[in-house]
Amino acid sequence: MTIQLNGLHVEIPENIRNVDDLLKHYQLENRIVIIELNNEIADKSKYTELPIADGDKVEMIHFVGGG
Amino acid sequence: MSTTRYSRQELFPPIGKAGQEKLKNARVLIIGAGALGTSSAEMLVRAGVGRITMVDRDYVEWSNLQRQQLYTEKDVQDKLPKAIAAEKRLREVNSEVVIEGIVADVNGMNIEELVKNQHVILDATDNFETRLVVNDAAVKHEIPFIFGACVASYGMTFPMIPGKTPCLHCLINHLPSQNQTCDTVGVISPIVQLVTAYQVTSALKVLTGNEIVPRLQSFDIWKSEKAEIDVWPLKNKDCPTCGSSSTFPFLAYENQTKAAVLCGRNTVQLRPGFERTITLDQLAIRLKELTSEFIQNPYLLSCTYEEFRLVFFKDGRALIHGTSEIAQAKAIYHRLIG
Repeated sequence: MTIQLNGLHVEIPENIRNVDDLLKHYQLENRIVIIELNNEIADKSKYTELPIADGDKVEMIHFVGGG
Repeated sequence: MSTTRYSRQELFPPIGKAGQEKLKNARVLIIGAGALGTSSAEMLVRAGVGRITMVDRDYVEWSNLQRQQLYTEKDVQDKLPKAIAAEKRLREVNSEVVIEGIVADVNGMNIEELVKNQHVILDATDNFETRLVVNDAAVKHEIPFIFGACVASYGMTFPMIPGKTPCLHCLINHLPSQNQTCDTVGVISPIVQLVTAYQVTSALKVLTGNEIVPRLQSFDIWKSEKAEIDVWPLKNKDCPTCGSSSTFPFLAYENQTKAAVLCGRNTVQLRPGFERTITLDQLAIRLKELTSEFIQNPYLLSCTYEEFRLVFFKDGRALIHGTSEIAQAKAIYHRLIG
């Protein structure tokens, strides 16, 4: 399926069903991440319950420490 | 001094002559004099901000010169502390600005003294712990704190305005157990410049009384990717830093990273004040490439990095052999662990 991720159209595998899968796909599951799904911030405790569907608009920001 | 020095900036309507006068009377504190710090400092000094204070615990090394724009080969050869080398260069850039470089390790015990009388604080540190310490002090003393960070080609920024935005602690609710750092995955200088461009713009807006949009932004300059999130919904009314009954936990003595010089062993022991479980397996993946004489067992990980022997324990504790200077030991720890 295709989603709009951080402003870009990206193709992601069909087996990604929810926000938790998406995080794992990008290997960000152990990082501090803030995710906005269709203009609403995703609740961290509900990542597995929030479905990802074709055409969804996702903003995903992970924290880094360097400087 | 020429009256035309700031003319191009004064011609820019949102600043104007009135804004320039405000900048002249402004005081900015920059925490860290690495890549972000040197870039922000040069812009602010050229812009004519009245007083700039920079704090840093490290000294200039060869691997800094690729991106830390205030330093020269001579500074490396002289092993100058960054705060001193930066101060010297910035004075050459603009003698009208009062510049103070402070060689110190920023922590919960000295930060409140440092932020006193400052109008804006710019983040240029290399680790989460110091950022949360500064965030506590910024909220407590009601000073805007412009967060910025980068590694590889990725960077992020967020202008934290006490009372108006969530604080950094609302966004980062715990110290991450492992991070990528510039010393483990590298960094290119264009992302440094992009992050500081946003940070300094936020600082100029705050100092000249312009409205700022409090959004968390991230960019990957290599992939031409950017993201932006309105984080207002993450403001936590029970936040220990900015909530209704705040305790400013990162300013408390018991929560500071404790460092002890082990007598006669040329070793410093560091123990994080906040619980921080380190996954030795994940740390091993990154350190194997960067270090030599690598040994791992279920309890600890030991390796040689530069001229230091490092031992990391699962509970976040570390021994840094080869130095008896606490600031140097902390610098190495944060470089590798973040």
